[in-house]
Amino acid sequence: MKNTEEILQILKDTFPESSIELKADLPVESFIICNPLEIDKISNFLHDNTELDFNSLINLSGVDEIKANQLSVYYHIESTRLKHKLVLKVAADRNNPEVASVTDIWKGANWHEREAYDMFGIKFLNHPDLRRILMPYDWEAGYPLRKDYENPEFYQGMKVPY
Amino acid sequence: MSQDILTKTKSSVIRTEEMVLNMGPQHPSTHGVLRLELGLEGEIITKVIPHIGYLHRCFEKHCEAMTYPQIVPYTDRMDYLASMGNEFGYAVAMEKFLGIELPQRVEYIRVIMAEFQRIASHLVALGTYGADIGAFTPFLYCFRDREKILHLFEITCGARLLYNYIWVGGLSHDLHPDFVRKAKDFIKEFRPTIKELNELLSYNKIFIDRTANVGILPVDTAINYGVSGPNLRASGFKWDIRKDDPYSVYDKFDFDIPVGKGTHGTVGDSWDRYFVRILEMEESLKIIEQALDQLPDGDVQSAIPKRIKPNAGQVYGRVENPRGELGYFIISDGSTSPYRVKVRAPSFVTMQILGELCKGYMIADVITILGSIDIVLGEIDR
Amino acid sequence: MGLLDKEFNDGNIVIAKAEDLMNWARLSSLWQVSFGLACCAIEMMATSASHYDFDRFGVIPRPSPRHADIIIISGTVTLKMATRIKRLYEQMPEPKYIISMGSCSNSGGPYWEHGYHVLKGIDRVIPVDVYVPGCPPRPEALLEGLIKLQEKIRKTSLIKKSA
Repeated sequence: MKNTEEILQILKDTFPESSIELKADLPVESFIICNPLEIDKISNFLHDNTELDFNSLINLSGVDEIKANQLSVYYHIESTRLKHKLVLKVAADRNNPEVASVTDIWKGANWHEREAYDMFGIKFLNHPDLRRILMPYDWEAGYPLRKDYENPEFYQGMKVPY
Repeated sequence: MSQDILTKTKSSVIRTEEMVLNMGPQHPSTHGVLRLELGLEGEIITKVIPHIGYLHRCFEKHCEAMTYPQIVPYTDRMDYLASMGNEFGYAVAMEKFLGIELPQRVEYIRVIMAEFQRIASHLVALGTYGADIGAFTPFLYCFRDREKILHLFEITCGARLLYNYIWVGGLSHDLHPDFVRKAKDFIKEFRPTIKELNELLSYNKIFIDRTANVGILPVDTAINYGVSGPNLRASGFKWDIRKDDPYSVYDKFDFDIPVGKGTHGTVGDSWDRYFVRILEMEESLKIIEQALDQLPDGDVQSAIPKRIKPNAGQVYGRVENPRGELGYFIISDGSTSPYRVKVRAPSFVTMQILGELCKGYMIADVITILGSIDIVLGEIDR
Repeated sequence: MGLLDKEFNDGNIVIAKAEDLMNWARLSSLWQVSFGLACCAIEMMATSASHYDFDRFGVIPRPSPRHADIIIISGTVTLKMATRIKRLYEQMPEPKYIISMGSCSNSGGPYWEHGYHVLKGIDRVIPVDVYVPGCPPRPEALLEGLIKLQEKIRKTSLIKKSA
């Protein structure tokens, strides 16, 4: 079982030229911040390395950080054999959010990434099928979970507000 | 045998094309509003594409506008068959964030309610699964027993289906004075009922023929997709959050984790997924008996904070729901409402494997496989 | 009701108005489309189970809307689903009745304020006959809603068209 600081050290040794930092001052869990376009290389290493063996992606969620002008994605991953967990974060620019997709490594990320695209507009590069999943396919009023989203008045003849 | 018919027709002059069939949002057997697009080659399925979103009720947007205690009734309504489990998960995540120490009585009552809810949810799953396959009587038997559990919930908190009972830091009401006696009576009556259900459905030859060797899920695929709960345990992998990442007072009880063994077919087929749920109901009865015997005294509302205003930060808390691992990822910015709440719903993750499990079977087997993975659309769409 | 308290003069002969007879036949055997959306659907299933039986009122579930008389909209109606419900409603043959069960289909329910994808009440799309309040309504409340619908059918007239 390894904790976050040891995993951070292993990552820094393996990827010396990437920007990998630890944020440990906020409650409750500390997390590692990576570059959005390199997350697939780092995830591949975390999955294949036998000392770490992160074979299960628990959760992938998008967050709108409007004050810092960025859209970020949090990854919670876990190893069922070695019983340790890790939290990763990537942050992309709000005007053109692009994050590498981890669908090749953990197939369960497919629908999680589609939901992050549907709710926030984050584009995942190399995703096999990136389209809306929860909202109707012809919804044109934007990305609902962003902080500056406004409701449309009508949708296909039905009044949307109360 | 069906594959031979296909190759014979293909090799002759008959031209075949893939047909697309729509199992639309209104269907008696899709367990809710789900649309399945089936690609068929004759009667054999080549692809299944699920379309969801017909019950998207904007739970995460509501969380950003409500205060922390006001979110509890909304968490009920996501997985409406396991409401106590949803509230429990939210309470576990928030108490991890705030660092609250709970009275022991609260922890024991929460475990009792969660295990009763597990039995009630599995009864619905098994009853509707039998009704999908074509056996209508187990449906009525399961709902009859479920009414007894709903009566227990009703005398405690007043509601049959959506309770608003487990609050952050405590409970809304203490147990009714008759609760312990009625619960012990229920356990005495329910053990023979499980045997009756087994004889009616589980060992029935027609049921075994329809479910054994159908929809086999290998363990590595399951872990890669993130499947958890009874579906993962039926493939032979012993993984339960109550034992592997314990929360509340589950480490004080002595219970077993049933896994699938491939008794009537291969490990990880639909019969295993069905039978693991029956074994889990028996284990839940053991936990409830031990909890009722060890129940301490105390005040259930003493640790409820007057105002919930956590520091800025983030937390991920998880519980074992009847359908798998339910997780809440909560980000706070220091005010009385959360900044972002993301719910990791087990059925959302499990729904993705339907495309892989159904290839090569016939249309009636799609219903079998869909019933065995036990999804609830309220949780998938949130 | 007036139908069965006529005197039996010659054995098996009952004298009644044609209107009363048609209405009695319609209300005693309302077949419903098995259509459940969300949490209220579980209470509807509990109502058709053996504890609070629906079958004693003549209501049995039918899979296709073309065989049904009533549709019970139980659960939240979203914008994506509303177009499909309209299509289902148009597929049902006359005379057809609609019971709106639960506060989500009455007027949006607990999601009325911030629900960007929730239709605030099914009566924005199809005409409703009976509203059953509750979140979710108890099975007894749904049975009372059904009895109110039966009262409404008893009073309909064959000649005068209602609105």
